[in-house]
Amino acid sequence: MEYIAKILIMAVSSIFINNFVLSRFLGLCPYLGVSKKLDSAFGMGMAVIFVMAIASAFTWLINAYLLIPTGLEYLQTIAFILTIAALVQFVEMFIQKSAPALYKSLGVYLPLITTNCAVLGVAVININDHLNFLDSILNGFFGGVGFTLVLLMMAGIRERLEKAEVPKSMQGMPIALIIAGCMALAFLGFAGLKLG
Amino acid sequence: MSSFKELSKGIFKENPTFVLVLGMCPTLAVTSSLQNAIGMGLAATFVLAFSNILISLLKDLIPSKIRIPGYIVVIASFVSIIDMAMAAYLPDLHKSLGIFIPLIVVNCIILGRAEAFACKNGVFASLMDGVGMGLGFTLSLSVVAIIREILGTGKIWEIAILPQAYINEPMLVAILAPGAFITLGLLMALINIIKDKNKAVKE
Repeated sequence: MEYIAKILIMAVSSIFINNFVLSRFLGLCPYLGVSKKLDSAFGMGMAVIFVMAIASAFTWLINAYLLIPTGLEYLQTIAFILTIAALVQFVEMFIQKSAPALYKSLGVYLPLITTNCAVLGVAVININDHLNFLDSILNGFFGGVGFTLVLLMMAGIRERLEKAEVPKSMQGMPIALIIAGCMALAFLGFAGLKLG
Repeated sequence: MSSFKELSKGIFKENPTFVLVLGMCPTLAVTSSLQNAIGMGLAATFVLAFSNILISLLKDLIPSKIRIPGYIVVIASFVSIIDMAMAAYLPDLHKSLGIFIPLIVVNCIILGRAEAFACKNGVFASLMDGVGMGLGFTLSLSVVAIIREILGTGKIWEIAILPQAYINEPMLVAILAPGAFITLGLLMALINIIKDKNKAVKE
């Protein structure tokens, strides 16, 4: 029971309080770039949840069983980015072979994820916060869920915005950033939440 | 003359933040104070300049099929160097930039310049391009940071700018997350207005 409570606290804190996009500023490029349509936002979100969870697992294992025993912690950045790049490539090939339907909906987003800083970010955060293996995976998973949540909200707003009359100089990126600011303002309210 | 052009285009005409809209994460995350912004900008400039040099030297050696992983390794090596150097000599700055130093690796400006410029041009031109892009990045980070720091704390680089009454009760939201998005959004709108005016004048 205690463990379930711990998981719930972790979920609320990574989805709402420390949201990857709106309070940690990670993964902004896809957040602003792939949020024009609801469908593609959903595909991107699912791909990010998946990759963040398995990248958390693999980078944790690499750090604990390869870098620390050999005293090569200073190669962390290089090792992690290569792990993530290889992993994304592997996942892409695996899904293509085993689940072609899934590949059709996620495939195009997978290559983009290598340079999504939320993925490398969560790997580094897991190590810096000294999370254990299971907590790292949960952190990656819930971080991805938080990313997907705000990405979907943003896509919903932007789909409606297309019909709105936006001043010419505000069209495109500026209005998207202002909306993101308003969302961040709303999410700031969660910061007062006391857990546990 | 032409190498000067490579240097200056990154600062204004092809400014990575405001014109190319690359590298959004650090732009929003580290601009809560001018010190952080300049530190981040210079670290990125270092990585950009050296990775551009090395990639331009290696451009004939790296097979084109695996060039992206190759570039990433080069970039990650320089990021590790600057990460360790900052931890040793500027521990305070290193602490306040935190996770965003290793994340320079996935800053799309750097990979973007490697792919768009360094792999096609000579060493000196690539160096100029890297330094110019880096300075342009630093400049735009500083502009955002100056606005946010003055509004959010009433000070700039620890020096009080606004009256004491404001410093006691500043517009705190400017240095928090929402302020970052809104400041950058308004700045981009302003740049759009200036661009349209210039176009209108030319026509």
